[in-house]
Amino acid sequence: MNFDDTPQEAAFRAEAKAWIAANAPKQYEDELRKSSLGRTALRDANILEVAKVWQKKKADAGWACLHWPKEYGGRGSSPIERVIWQQEEGPFGKLSGIFIIGHGMCGPTMMAFAGEAEKKKYLPPLASGEKVWCQLFSEPAGGSDVAGLRTRAEKKGDDWIINGQKIWTSGAHYSDYGILLTRTDPNVAKHKGLTMFFLDMKSPGVDIRPIKQASGQSDFNEVYFTDVKIPDSQRLGAVNDGWNVSLTTLMNERMSIGAGVSTGFPELFDFCNSLMLDDGPAIEDRNVRSRLANYAVKASGLKYTSMRAISALSKGDRPGPENSIGKLVAGSMVQEVAMYALDLQGAAGALSGPEDAEIAGKFQAMLLRAPGTRVEGGTDEIMRNIIAERVLGLPGDIRVDKDVPFNKIPTNGRA
Amino acid sequence: MNFDFSDEQKQMRDAARKFLTEKCPPKAVREVLDGKATYDKALWTGLAEMGFLGVAIPEEFGGAGAGHLELCVIAEEMGRALAPVPFASTVYLAAEALLLAGSDAQKQKWLPKIASGEAIGTLALFEGKGNPSPQAIKLSASGGTLNGVKKPVPDGAIADFAIVAARTGSTGRDADISLFLVDLKAGGVEVRSLTNIDPTHGQAELTFKNCKAEPLGAAGDGWSILTQVLDRAAVLVAFEQVGGSDRALEMGRDYALDRIAFGRPIGSFQAVKHILADMYVSATLARSNCYYGAWALSTNASELPEAAAAARISATQAFQHCSKNNIQVHGGMGFTWEFDCHMYYRRANATAVTLGSLSYWEDQLIDRMRKKNAA
Repeated sequence: MNFDDTPQEAAFRAEAKAWIAANAPKQYEDELRKSSLGRTALRDANILEVAKVWQKKKADAGWACLHWPKEYGGRGSSPIERVIWQQEEGPFGKLSGIFIIGHGMCGPTMMAFAGEAEKKKYLPPLASGEKVWCQLFSEPAGGSDVAGLRTRAEKKGDDWIINGQKIWTSGAHYSDYGILLTRTDPNVAKHKGLTMFFLDMKSPGVDIRPIKQASGQSDFNEVYFTDVKIPDSQRLGAVNDGWNVSLTTLMNERMSIGAGVSTGFPELFDFCNSLMLDDGPAIEDRNVRSRLANYAVKASGLKYTSMRAISALSKGDRPGPENSIGKLVAGSMVQEVAMYALDLQGAAGALSGPEDAEIAGKFQAMLLRAPGTRVEGGTDEIMRNIIAERVLGLPGDIRVDKDVPFNKIPTNGRA
Repeated sequence: MNFDFSDEQKQMRDAARKFLTEKCPPKAVREVLDGKATYDKALWTGLAEMGFLGVAIPEEFGGAGAGHLELCVIAEEMGRALAPVPFASTVYLAAEALLLAGSDAQKQKWLPKIASGEAIGTLALFEGKGNPSPQAIKLSASGGTLNGVKKPVPDGAIADFAIVAARTGSTGRDADISLFLVDLKAGGVEVRSLTNIDPTHGQAELTFKNCKAEPLGAAGDGWSILTQVLDRAAVLVAFEQVGGSDRALEMGRDYALDRIAFGRPIGSFQAVKHILADMYVSATLARSNCYYGAWALSTNASELPEAAAAARISATQAFQHCSKNNIQVHGGMGFTWEFDCHMYYRRANATAVTLGSLSYWEDQLIDRMRKKNAA
């Protein structure tokens, strides 16, 4: 048992470290290091532009999408090299946020299902960040029940005509392309009538409307489709086999490990180390210490769970299912941490303006963003179902809509 | 990076599981639970024959000289099987104290006997309620004799020798505490068995009356040695707790698959699934914290104090969480004497306090993290 690199890994790490030291946008390092959930903007620059420049620079030097094949813009690296890169990239990795969906989900789906000409055309600019991709799955009638989606695709000549609405599409407003899951046959059971496509987000008939979130920010969108035309050459997988294609996408999401999830603990520990309460330093208060210790062991438990998964990668094994706990644990923890940090501030905890709030309102921003983390990418409840069914082997829930044609399933009243 | 046990260590875990499945089924645990024996003597002898008692004791002192990672995997299996033997008190506490602070003669005398199963040892630290602290130690030592009362002492009624924490000064400093080694069969100690929530591990009160004792380690070093012993034992007990957590989770899972109510397995209800998923989460976090503790223990890393506290807290929480919710998943049957659920619940809640309570270790963890932060 050790934390040491193999000689090969050490050589890779040294090379990555040296390149990052020579090329990373250092002027933003401090700001990126201090950024936390709900607070990742840069003060004097557009983070989207900074991120694109950094990604392009990485791509030109062969450091983008490390685990992708070279011909599609990657480096052909092993999974462990990708993790080492992420460790060395450190705070600059936060600039990859806008590419996560494209690189982690759309790219692998394209690689598995697109034609060779499409792969050669679309993947390299996706890897280099010149083109940003989004994923259009969730709908008002299909969130956790994503196979309940209603956006229609109808064949007309060599094209497909799309009508419907997507929601919670991260980054649609700055995306160039998207992968889109549609219903092509409403007369069969819901999982059996879906088809996947990719499309140009600038296509006529695509209407993108930002959602003002409960946090007041707008990271997500509603996307409306009115007679949008997609050529059949942009279909991914067979007609009506979209559910299986989407499972590939989602499986790749689970493989994106090592990036780390935000727990809020390092921020809280720092805060408590400097905070003075009425009767002395917060860190010497018995209640504070007890709460901190409880958060500390969750944060370290997640950290070392991730180390175990990385070790499996290092040996060439696939990471086990234990990695599925990360989002579930971190999501509710970051929310509790934020609430506790406000509690420690007393009445002033309600203040969120950067000038008046403690540490510029970091915990207030975290608090307001936190409810989303427990919903996006699978709700806490869906994550528990996944653990119970796929890890512990418990039976699936009884599904009353399983063998019913999609258009006969009861709804909230819409056709 | 290889943050995992080696294939050889995993083979040792498999061997320990196979051995304990055969020699320590729930029926054997119940012999001690029901008071028909003070501990499982046949199992104790078997563990010695397997080389498990001396796995971390160097060969020169009669052990296998394997190491602490090997001891961790065995500890996990001992916890999983609820082995009703004085393993923790003898191997994690007494043997570790001897290895850390014993003279060559003391090691030569006792360690081979531990490895061979001939001697049971323990640590006599507590004096009534409260957590480990130098101020709480009142038992006095002067001129090589001890006077005072220790309770609870784990396995005190069956132990052959004890490491005893005693007061040798009154300056109010840690240096007031020294350790002594007492042969409990040599007279001068009254032993009284104490009823406790987990009868599969005995507890006792030891009354020392002008009891002859030999020093263990230098005078005044007692507290510093104790702190190290407790950290090492915390990691090892945490592995027992993780083994128990996993078994409680499996029992709950198996019952949820088997039990039919409302016309379907209860494991298909989300209310039950989510209980089990949360058990899996706590057991996984604890396991990962324990692996870090194992690494720190086996390498004598400077991170050991922090790693041990984190492993201890996380594993205590997991075992309490899994054992209580295993009963919940079982419903009424889980609350019968006949079902084994309560044996895990008893063990979880006893081990949660035996090395000092959760709040004590929480306090320790934050102290240690602050020290690291300041450094």
